[in-house]
Amino acid sequence: MHNFDFVKPSSIADAVKALSKEGAQALSGGQTLTPTMKQRLAAPTVLVSLTGIDEMKGVCLGEDGLSIGAATPHAVVAKEAAKHYPALAMLAGGIGDPAVRNRGTIGGSLANNDPAACYPAGVLGSGATVVTNRRKIAADDYFQGMFTTALEEGEIITGVTFPIPEKAAYVKFNQPASRFALTAVFVAKFKDGVRVAVTGASNDGVFRWSEAEKALSGHFAASAVEGLSVSSDGMIGDLHGTPAYRANLVKVLTKRAVAAAQ
Amino acid sequence: MPKDTGIGASSKRREDVRFLSGRGNYTDDLAMHGQTYAVFVRSNVAHGRIKSIDTSAASKMPGVLAIFTGEDFKDVGGNPAGWLINSRDGTPMREPKRPVLAHGKVRHVGDAYAAVVAETYNQAKDAAQQLADDSEIEELPAIVDMRKAVADPSNRVHDEIPDNLCFDWGWIEDNRAAVDAAFKSAPHITTLELVNNRLVPNAMEPRSSIGEYFPGTGDYKLTTTSQNPHLTRLLVSAFVLGIPENKLTVVAPDVGGGFGSKIYHYGEEALVLAASRKLGRPVRWTAERTESFLTDAHGRDHVTKIEMASTKDGEILAIRTETLANVGAYLSNFSTATPTFLHGTLMAGPYKVPHVYVNVKTVFTNTAPVDAYRGAGRPEATFSIERIVDKMCRELGLDPFEVRRKNLIQPDQFPYTTPVGLVYDTGNYQATLDKLIELADVAGFEGRAAASKAKGKLRGMGLSTWIEACGIAPSNLVGVLGSRVGLYDAATVRVNATGNISVMTGAHSHGQGHETVFAQIVAEKLGIAESSVEIVHGDTSKIPFGMGSYGSRSLAVCGAAMTKAVDKIIAKGKKIAAHMLEASENDIVFADGKFSVAGTDKAKSFGEIAFSAYVPHNYPLETLEPGLEETAFYDPANFTYPAGAYLCEVEVDPETGKVDIASFTCADDFGHVMNPMIVEGQVHGGVGQGIGQALLENTAYDENGQLLTASYMDYAMPRADDVPFYTVDHSCVTPCTHNPLGVKGCGEAGAIGSPPAVVNAVIDALHRGGHTHVKHIDMPVSPSRVWQAING
Ligand SMILES: Cc1cc2nc3c(=O)[nH]c(=O)nc-3n(C[C@H](O)[C@H](O)[C@H](O)COP(=O)(O)OP(=O)(O)OC[C@H]3O[C@@H](n4cnc5c(N)ncnc54)[C@H](O)[C@@H]3O)c2cc1C
Repeated sequence: MHNFDFVKPSSIADAVKALSKEGAQALSGGQTLTPTMKQRLAAPTVLVSLTGIDEMKGVCLGEDGLSIGAATPHAVVAKEAAKHYPALAMLAGGIGDPAVRNRGTIGGSLANNDPAACYPAGVLGSGATVVTNRRKIAADDYFQGMFTTALEEGEIITGVTFPIPEKAAYVKFNQPASRFALTAVFVAKFKDGVRVAVTGASNDGVFRWSEAEKALSGHFAASAVEGLSVSSDGMIGDLHGTPAYRANLVKVLTKRAVAAAQ
Repeated sequence: MPKDTGIGASSKRREDVRFLSGRGNYTDDLAMHGQTYAVFVRSNVAHGRIKSIDTSAASKMPGVLAIFTGEDFKDVGGNPAGWLINSRDGTPMREPKRPVLAHGKVRHVGDAYAAVVAETYNQAKDAAQQLADDSEIEELPAIVDMRKAVADPSNRVHDEIPDNLCFDWGWIEDNRAAVDAAFKSAPHITTLELVNNRLVPNAMEPRSSIGEYFPGTGDYKLTTTSQNPHLTRLLVSAFVLGIPENKLTVVAPDVGGGFGSKIYHYGEEALVLAASRKLGRPVRWTAERTESFLTDAHGRDHVTKIEMASTKDGEILAIRTETLANVGAYLSNFSTATPTFLHGTLMAGPYKVPHVYVNVKTVFTNTAPVDAYRGAGRPEATFSIERIVDKMCRELGLDPFEVRRKNLIQPDQFPYTTPVGLVYDTGNYQATLDKLIELADVAGFEGRAAASKAKGKLRGMGLSTWIEACGIAPSNLVGVLGSRVGLYDAATVRVNATGNISVMTGAHSHGQGHETVFAQIVAEKLGIAESSVEIVHGDTSKIPFGMGSYGSRSLAVCGAAMTKAVDKIIAKGKKIAAHMLEASENDIVFADGKFSVAGTDKAKSFGEIAFSAYVPHNYPLETLEPGLEETAFYDPANFTYPAGAYLCEVEVDPETGKVDIASFTCADDFGHVMNPMIVEGQVHGGVGQGIGQALLENTAYDENGQLLTASYMDYAMPRADDVPFYTVDHSCVTPCTHNPLGVKGCGEAGAIGSPPAVVNAVIDALHRGGHTHVKHIDMPVSPSRVWQAING
């Protein structure tokens, strides 16, 4: 690891100011950034911690739905969202291990947009809104491919607002080594339709499976997906599974998520 | 009533108090005055010619004290192979030099070709990066696939070895014609091609070494993560650096797991010693996890074709195998013994097979060196045999339990001479199989299968009846077979003046629990409290010359030496007691910690005798030396042969291919058991590793020799929720006939017996689910491979 300066502002404004310095980078839970720095693949000169900013922490039910501060650790979401949005709480509680969940945050996960991460499926599947220091970004506009998002230079996520569906579930099939999603599916049934978001499977990162959404919006049952087929074009192929295997998982896990939705 | 102390008691592991409370004393924990840091510059190509290394910029960087390259070590010795194997045509194996730092060529990703020593770790890292940037390495085509390696003589890992072949070994060559004849006339032949997957050892503690040089005396000290400090000292002294043995101390303090990977001497150890001499300061190095993945000696990596000749009702007539064994880029110390004498000699399994022939071609590739890893050769043999027995049963429609029972060596046939050179001294394989069938409730399987089916899962059951040879090893026998070391062990029992005891052992504990078990044995034999016995290991300046721990040998070999030393203590104690009690030595009996005159109430306690030995005022000084300390060396008369039967039940999710271990049952015969809790722990750990190999662990190199699984993001280690609650039994006991404790060794058993049980269970589940086209799935039997097999 190279040397760096460390600042821990207590307001969003101060954080944004600190981040305007050359070589500065936001540090949230550090579960992705610190290992990268240890491997000398990243060498920020200033780390701006976001975890001392009260307005970026906590889970709160409001008129627009459930708002979660960007610096809220997964473990807190797992606990505090359980009453309001059990599927999302379950998603958070299935990330990594207790140590990762106690430090890793929703904002860090969304900023990173790992193609095998869990939160992107929860956010896209819920049609949530990503709130930054500058604007509000709809989930459909936010995710722009593996490790790519709508965030601009100097823009930080401050929170995420989730509309709460009637029923939802997240079903994750672990990659055996990392236990990130080899493929995972988030299904959410709203009054006006069903959203199905898939992570881990595609070379383009998280995506919505629109055929399934259509079928499930007509009839919310696992059988509605049965006749659909998933193309393996564009699916990830690696040591842990071929594109065809992942395409199979998309369908199997969607059915299971529908069956599990509550 | 279970005992609560001494032999057979489940005494709590005393070492765990420090391990679990963070008070262990590992190499990297030791701070040294004036210490410096070494960082290695490692090849990022699998195969390349070193054109130039420009040290000028790196050497001027802040804190840099010294830079070493292969050039600095070209005149010192190489790290040798410990076992000479001859090819079928009688020619000796090819032994390329393994230098401290690569010279001329780099031969695998991670091969170190330079090292930087600096005041701080980060300064050394910075300079190492600079040095890497300033090195010109011409990339050569990588040799990764063993079949291509032997087929293409133009591309060579070592320029002087034309076909990348280390040796082509036949076992037993003289039997080959008879084996071939048995196949010609056989009513049924089963054939199976399989891969025994390469494994990364993944000790929790990475390798770490500190070199110290003491200019005042010219002494050296190497503190290092070793399973056998004397062996490391011997290799550094006699082969690599030429430091006299009496000027070099090797200390292996607490060591956090080895599984074989810390048996061997590595170049990093020689480098820190040489660097400390040059700088006159301690030089330390600890592997980063990526370095562990790239450079610890890996395990297994066989590609095998096995054939089995049998009658139509499942009587095994002959076994024939052809194996390509990957040795990697260089010969690690026991890499040539592992695929040969620890593998071919076990190819009859626990069965009465009249004819067996094993051929092993060991191949150099541009991959990390491969050597012994928990089980070492015996898991490869067991996997091949137990998979093909199962396949034979399936082809002939026979019951796998009955076929095994029919072929097992009968209890009255011991000692049993196999056609592959071993004499099994004792065993009762029917007993463990019967025990297993009872414990695993085989009778209730159909009910469980129906319950699984109701959940949409396919249930299967897989059996493995295994044997291994451990308690390594009789020196004269292994000498004839090519070993360049003896495999005895040694222990010193020092009774202190106040009656407590220090035992210095050649065996080294790196997680096994010797400090507990050895103390139990000594305490029982001397009739004193376990807490009065302290076990000292891992420091060549304190312990007698022993060969360390691997091959499930510590108890069977070092424990035997210790027992002999205790017997000598008792014999001397009797002489002292006879004098003090004014009786004849022949009338002294020793029991319950007391020396007494038979038939009288005259007695001296063990403590009184000890005190008298060191304060010899009333002592037979004319005929007896004072002091009470004895050393014994023990060389085993034979290997020991633990054996057992394992049953695995799995549930397969046919939609995703995911395999869950539903249950795993072990019925083992380890001879006499000294501490049941520790034995069970060893079996749990071994079976866990076997399940890891069977389901999860995949060491994948791409065609350019890049390790694709060089971190835990891609290398899947078994975790607690990947393994079931085990049912473990060791109540079937046939004591070893040739060591004083009657023990056989249990450290590797789980890793040897379990992989075929798991894979057999998966195949069984698929067949029961109607997927009868699936004959075999290579390990690791990952979800995607199972799904592929079902849908293939
Ligand atoms: C062992 C392990 C297992 C894991 N398993 C899973 C898993 O199963 N599923 C899963 O989804 N994830 C998993 N993760 C990742 C984990 O969820 C991390 O928390 C997440 O990837 C990053 O969050 P963080 O808060 O740690 O971010 P950091 O590491 O602090 O930052 C990550 C990146 O985001 C930027 N950043 C951070 N916060 C903000 C913000 N508010 N606005 C803008 N940019 C920001 C940083 O500058 C950095 O570039 C795992 C991680 C580990 C170490």
